[in-house]
Formats: sequence, structure tokens, C-alpha cells
Amino acid sequence: MEKERYLEYVKQTSPKTSMVRSLFLSFVVGGLICCIGQFIADMIKLAVPNISKEMLSSATSIILIFLGSFFTGVGLYDKLGYYAGGGSIIPITGFANSIVSPAMEYNREGVVFGVCAKMFTIAGPIIVFGIVASVIVGLVGMFFV
Amino acid sequence: MEYFLTYLKVFAVGGFICFIGQIFINKTNVTSARILVGYLLLGIILEVTGAFKYIEEFAKAGVTVPIIGFGSNLAKGALKGAAENGILGAVSGGMTAVAGGLTSAIFFGFIFALIFKSKTKKL
Repeated sequence: MEKERYLEYVKQTSPKTSMVRSLFLSFVVGGLICCIGQFIADMIKLAVPNISKEMLSSATSIILIFLGSFFTGVGLYDKLGYYAGGGSIIPITGFANSIVSPAMEYNREGVVFGVCAKMFTIAGPIIVFGIVASVIVGLVGMFFV
Repeated sequence: MEYFLTYLKVFAVGGFICFIGQIFINKTNVTSARILVGYLLLGIILEVTGAFKYIEEFAKAGVTVPIIGFGSNLAKGALKGAAENGILGAVSGGMTAVAGGLTSAIFFGFIFALIFKSKTKKL
């Protein structure tokens, strides 16, 4: 009984992250980051007209990852993430952010066990799942192609 | 006008994908790593079933910039490798396709983590 009342009390007094506001912001920020990606791809295509499709998408994501890492480095991306939530996590810039942010935070623990090890606290699962799934897809795909 | 329409589609689809992710963040207590893994696997499924091609044609960067595009590239590379080089291609194809992105993420991550020291978080 006491516990229930306490939980009720916590629910009433804890600050509510406004549902509508966070959804709206993540929509706008996510959409804008994708537009920046489209703009970069268009610019590359203007500069190098006969670039192959794979090269174009690779170059675009490298530039986006550079931007994501850089703005994490100067401290702006985490501020954006505070407001935009999913809008800043889900684009590929958020993947870069998830690598740089813990690496910077554990910088003082040294290069090997700080930067290099902590780099993969969030990105590690993504890379592992990605590699395992791609091998499964490739092996199963061999029987269909 | 045509450009405007393209960017509108990119904005709408990209925003929508992040919007769905934000619903998961708000309604459930899943961490960002899990959301990213979920979207990555979704991208792989969409690529394998062939749906990704049509979505990409419509929304372009709206679907390739979110991590769904990363998953789709992995699956695309693995299938391409399997078709060209058999079992060796099936194993190495996925990583070959995303090598640029992954390498740059780790490289820039390392460099920027050394250059910029973390300030105490003021959130």
C-alpha cells in the first residue's frame, strides 16, 4: 500500500517530458538531418556526375559521419539530442555520436582502456548484430541467387 | 519545384522514421542501443524482402540516412558477394559494403575523442 502511494506520488511530481513536443522535435530534426544528407548527395553528384550509386551513398555517409563526430566533439550534438531524442539518434549521424560521445567521456582513463574500449559501448551491439545478420543473409542467399 | 518535392518527401519519410523511434523511447524504456539495433534489423529485412528498393526510389535520403540504410547496405553487400564469389563473398560482402562508413566512424571517433576533451555535462 505504502509503495503504491509512493509510486503515485512520484508519478505526479516527476517532470513530464512533453509527449507532443518531443515527438514534434524528433520529427523535425530527423527530417532535417535526412534533408542535409540528400543535399550532400546532390552536391557530390553535381561535382562528380558519373559517380556510381554505391560510391555516392558511401561518400554521403562518410561526410555525414564526419559532421556527426565533429559536432559531438564540440559538444553541440549532445545538446541537440537532449531536445530531439530519436530525431538525433536514428540518423547515421547518431551512430557517429554514439561512438564519439563515450570515447570522449572516458578519455581520462587512457587511450587503450578509455577511448578505444568505451567507443563501442553503444555501437558494439549494432556492429555485432549487423555482421552476424549480414553473414546469415549471405549464406542463406547463396541458395536463392 | 521538382527539387522542392524531393526534399519534402525526404523530410517527411525521414522525420516519420525518427517519429516512430521517439514513440518507442517515450512509451517503453528501451535504450537507444536497442532502438538502433531494431532499426538495423528492420533495414536488413526490408532489403531481403525487396521492399527497400521501392521505398528508396520514393524517399531517397529519407530512408538511407537513418540507420535502416546501414542495415540495407549490409544485406545488399552480403547478397551481392554471395552471387559473385560464393561462400567467401557471402561472409565478406556485408562488411565490404559498409567498410567506408564503419571505418570513418571509428577513425573520426578516435581522432575527435583525442582532440576534444569531454566537458562536464551541463544538461
